Amino acid sequence: MELISLGIRSIFIDNMVFAYFLGMCSFLAVSKKVSTAIGLGAAVVFVLTVTVPVNWLLNEFVLKEGALSFLGETFATIDLTFLRFIMFIAIIAAMVQLVEMVVEKFAPALYGALGIFLPLIAVNCAILGGSLFMAQRDYTLAESVVYGFGSGTGFLLAMVALAAIREKLKYSNVPNGLKGLGITMLLTGLMGIAFMSFMGIDL
Amino acid sequence: MSTETAQVTTVKKPAEELLSKRRKKLITDPLIDSNPITIQVLGICSALAVTTQMQPTLVMAISVIFVIVMSNLTISLLRNTIPGRVRIIVQLAVVATLVTLVNEVLKAFAYDMYKELSVFVGLIITNCIVMGRLEAFALGNKPYDSVLDGFGSALGYSWIILAVAFFRELLGSGSVFGVAIYEPISNLFGEDFSLATNGLMVSPVGAFIILGLIIWVQRTKTGYVEH
Repeated sequence: MELISLGIRSIFIDNMVFAYFLGMCSFLAVSKKVSTAIGLGAAVVFVLTVTVPVNWLLNEFVLKEGALSFLGETFATIDLTFLRFIMFIAIIAAMVQLVEMVVEKFAPALYGALGIFLPLIAVNCAILGGSLFMAQRDYTLAESVVYGFGSGTGFLLAMVALAAIREKLKYSNVPNGLKGLGITMLLTGLMGIAFMSFMGIDL
Repeated sequence: MSTETAQVTTVKKPAEELLSKRRKKLITDPLIDSNPITIQVLGICSALAVTTQMQPTLVMAISVIFVIVMSNLTISLLRNTIPGRVRIIVQLAVVATLVTLVNEVLKAFAYDMYKELSVFVGLIITNCIVMGRLEAFALGNKPYDSVLDGFGSALGYSWIILAVAFFRELLGSGSVFGVAIYEPISNLFGEDFSLATNGLMVSPVGAFIILGLIIWVQRTKTGYVEH
C-alpha cells in the first residue's frame, strides 16, 4: 500500500518537471511533437526504472558509510559518500549504453522507436536527479524501483501533455518575443498550477 | 563534431592582447546576445529550483562559474590527448570531480547552504551549459580563450537566475537577500496597512512564469525571434 502511495506521489505530486524542474532541457527541446515526446518519455521511464535500483545497490553496498563492512572489520569505518556523483553518473552512462545494446539485440522494433533518444538520456538531469533523491531519502530497494518508475512516468506525462498543447499552439498568434521558449515557460507554469491541485493527496 | 578540433587554425598572432576585442566578445556575447538560458535554452534544469531566495542562488551561481571555468580550462588543456570516441565520458569525469569538490567545500564550510541546495549542487554535472561549452568551445580552443568563454557563459547564466531569484524573493517573501522590504514599507503607512506576499512565487510555478516574462522582455529588446 505504501508503495502505491509512493508511486502516485512520484507521478503527480513530486513530479520531476513541475516540482523539481528536472529534465527541463529535453523537456523543452523535444516537446514539439507528441510522437517524439512519447519516444523520449518512454526511454526516460525505462532508464530511470533500471538505474535507480542499480544505483541503490551501489550506494548500499559500496558507497554508504560502513557499507564495505562485509569485507572485514578494517573496512567498517570507510565512508565513500563523496564519490557518489562520479559513481552515479558513471553507472548511468554505462547503463544507458548497456540498455541500448540489449534493446537493439532483443527488441529491434523498440530500438527503432527509441534509437536516437537513448544516448541523449545519459546527460538528462532527471535521471541523475532520480538517483540522488533516492540516496537522499533513504529508500529501500522496492521503493527505489517504484520511485524510478513513478518519476519517469510523471516526466512522460508532463512532456506528452506539453507537446500536445504546443502542437495546437502552432495555430495561434503569439507575440514575437514570446514565441518558442517564452510561451512554453508560461505554459509550463500554468500546467504546474494544475498539478498543484494534487498536493496534499495522501493515499 | 570531430570538425570542431579543426577550428584551432586561428592564425597565430605574435602576441594577442590580454583582453583583445575578440576576447572581450567571448565574455560579453553570452550576457545578452547569445545568453545561454534565454536564447540558447540550456541549463534551465537545475537552476530554477534554487531561485526562491537570493542567497542560495548566489551560491549556486558562484558554484556554476567555478565549475564551468575550471572544466573548460581542464578540457582545453587536455584537448589534444582526448580520443574523440570517449570524450563524453572524459568530460563527465572532469565535471563530476569538480562538482564533488564544490559539494565537499559547501559541506565543510557552509553546512546550512549545503542542506538547502541538497541534490541541486550534484545536478550541476548534468547542467547542459557545462557540457555544451566543453563540446562547442573548449575541445577546439586554447586554454585562456576557453576560460574567458566559460566565464562569459557562466555570467550570462548567473545574471538570469539572480534576476529570477530577485523577483521571486521580493514578491514571494517580501525580502531581498533575507532583508525584509515589505515590512518597513507597511509600517510606514500605519497598522492597518500591509503588503501581501504572493505565495505562488515561492512555488515552482512562480519560477516558470517569471522566467517566461524575463525571456519575453529580453527577446523583445534583442529582437530575437524563434521559429
